[in-house]
Amino acid sequence: MTSISRSKLTNKLQFHTQKLLLLGDEAIAQAAIDAGLSGIFAYPGTPSTEITEYVQHSQEASDKNIRSAWSANEKTAMEAALGASYAGKRAMVCMKHVGLNVAADAFVNAGMTGANGGLIVVSADDPSMHSSQNEQDSRFYGKFAMIPTLEPSNQQEAYDMVYYGFELSEKLKTPVLLRITTRLAHSRAGVVRKAELQQNKLHLPTNPKQFILLPAIARKRYKGLIDNQAQFMEASESSGFNKYIDGDDKSLGIIVSGIAYNYLMENYSDRKVPYPVLKITQYPTPLSFIKKLVDACDEILILEEGYPMIEENLKGYLSIGLKVKGRLDGTLPRDGELNPNLVAKALGLEDTRGQDIPDLVVDRPPSLCVGCSHIDAYNALNEALSIYSGGRVFSDIGCYTLGALEPFNAINTCVDMGASITMAKGAADVGLVPAVAVIGDSTFTHSGMTGLLDAVNDNSPITIIIADNSTTGMTGGQKSSATGKIEAICIGLGVEEEHIRVIKPLVKFHEENTNIIKEELNYKGVSVIIPRRECIQTLSKRMRQKARVTPLVE
Amino acid sequence: MKKDIILAGVGGQGILSIAASIGLTAVDAGLFLKQAEVHGMSQRGGDVHSTLRLSDKEIASDLIPIGKADLILSVEPMESLRYLPMLSPDGWLITNTTAIENIPNYPGIDEVMAEIEKIPNHIALDAEEVAIEVGSSRSANMVILGAASPFLDLKVEDLENSIRKLFSRKGEKVVDLNLQAMHAGRKIALDKVS
Repeated sequence: MTSISRSKLTNKLQFHTQKLLLLGDEAIAQAAIDAGLSGIFAYPGTPSTEITEYVQHSQEASDKNIRSAWSANEKTAMEAALGASYAGKRAMVCMKHVGLNVAADAFVNAGMTGANGGLIVVSADDPSMHSSQNEQDSRFYGKFAMIPTLEPSNQQEAYDMVYYGFELSEKLKTPVLLRITTRLAHSRAGVVRKAELQQNKLHLPTNPKQFILLPAIARKRYKGLIDNQAQFMEASESSGFNKYIDGDDKSLGIIVSGIAYNYLMENYSDRKVPYPVLKITQYPTPLSFIKKLVDACDEILILEEGYPMIEENLKGYLSIGLKVKGRLDGTLPRDGELNPNLVAKALGLEDTRGQDIPDLVVDRPPSLCVGCSHIDAYNALNEALSIYSGGRVFSDIGCYTLGALEPFNAINTCVDMGASITMAKGAADVGLVPAVAVIGDSTFTHSGMTGLLDAVNDNSPITIIIADNSTTGMTGGQKSSATGKIEAICIGLGVEEEHIRVIKPLVKFHEENTNIIKEELNYKGVSVIIPRRECIQTLSKRMRQKARVTPLVE
Repeated sequence: MKKDIILAGVGGQGILSIAASIGLTAVDAGLFLKQAEVHGMSQRGGDVHSTLRLSDKEIASDLIPIGKADLILSVEPMESLRYLPMLSPDGWLITNTTAIENIPNYPGIDEVMAEIEKIPNHIALDAEEVAIEVGSSRSANMVILGAASPFLDLKVEDLENSIRKLFSRKGEKVVDLNLQAMHAGRKIALDKVS
């Protein structure tokens, strides 16, 4: 026993003196573990997934008894994290940007309740939509909820800001939003750790009414929140994360936020920009710094990874008396990620480019894996629907969204988590019958269950296909909250048992499966068909692990 | 010293083990490193790439500036061409010649190879064939890594150590196969350059 714990300690000490090579996501996770985290709550979503996965796989987190299992959706995760904060502990909740829409009710009202134990909300934005349906900018949510927002420019800053964020959260009794983007989330760099902190002891809020948002109390809390803005501003101006770096050439002043700072610096090999630069990584936007820059410089260039938020605010409606360049006047593209070249062009520096891509290079879009159960489900569905006019399949967010592409062309919508069932219901209610919903198992328990209840209550004539591959596939095979529970949930919500049909999506059952779908399309009420076969990726991962545990006898 | 490298391939080809080998070697050599990966939707059989930036000075951007990459390392021939705008005029393109034809409109392989031949600095090799000669087609990645090794400014002994560290869990046989595959690829590249 003694020797084990001693070697563990040695490992830990060595760990602390050397740089760790971490993804931005992992840096956030490691920082939270080191900063006295008691619980992390999340639903998987690219590019945020690896934060929670890192905690789940961390031996240290397990030794420290940090809770880390997946939640059913971002709202339940946000509320659970708020509960942990209420109990006095440090909590983190992680999601992708559109997940914050799901959690928005809890998130915005958490701004009203404030925090007790430190509470950090991580939202990972996806500009250029590498793996998302929009590129919304979470900084607006920070402003909307009127809470401090942090936007690290690199992995080390991400690590440091988690420490600072918890401290700020507890000092000012507010949740803190940590906004990152895909490039930081999924890029690795060296990170130095800080000394570990102990977890908080359980302690309830000193004000017993802090978390009771009855109108009479909420009105007081809102005034308090408004009053707190001055303190949040003071934190932005004094934390040291926002930096005013002077430059000799005052013909231009540059405001640069988050990761865009790196693209600016990339354009100056000695890392010395000739113009004054205001680096913003903490919000509310530090007003005195902005004023200083505007007073000193003839013209302002704004580099933001995301929407032109600072730019719009600085310009105001009429942009009177200010020359501001950025995404709104075409100096930079209005949408998409920034990069060193776009910033070079904005600065009037030389842009570089290699040879053009030869014409013969064709797109290689993502596709369903060979052997994927969704392929068989779509083949059966397409055949069963062939006697009807097209345009009646409402789908959802997951691997099965790839059914929109060749050769399936099987679905007609993909909007937000859970929208398949409710959109099919709405279309059927006004006469598009039959209407079909295609939703995955994890998406169903994320946001499909309440829509199913609506459909049952209205007896809407829809056929719902819950494609059950028993995992959250698109994000890499995380545990699905739905596994083993789908039929019971459907029965509990009132779907008639004879219209809950479980099928095995395999080529050899194609005809049988097609017939079952046809039967249910004919039924003028709510049907649920569950094609059930394990995700081919999680299956092969399981097999590989099994082979490793039981080595072949030679 | 500065090396900006683009690793290209198709989802599931395992370009990340090449990235890990180079990354670990760079870190052990005390260099700064930034390595960006693609996760999520594109992993499902689509085109994927990872970027590696190695430098003896601190690195600013996670993204490599367009037109400034020193190396394109590709485990699939058509994919090697997709990143040509990223390559600097004196950069090198190193690619496997085995096509992954998981799309109906994949161009003729001869035309793809003709485009690769037009690149002034290129090395094209059948990594699968070389790997099979060494002992296992699964080491094709390491053949490509070996072919790139003369251009990396990293010590080959350090690269060997990283491969040992990364694959030790899978047993000595796998380590040896990967080391042999790396050296076979390296030899082909050195022969072509000289």
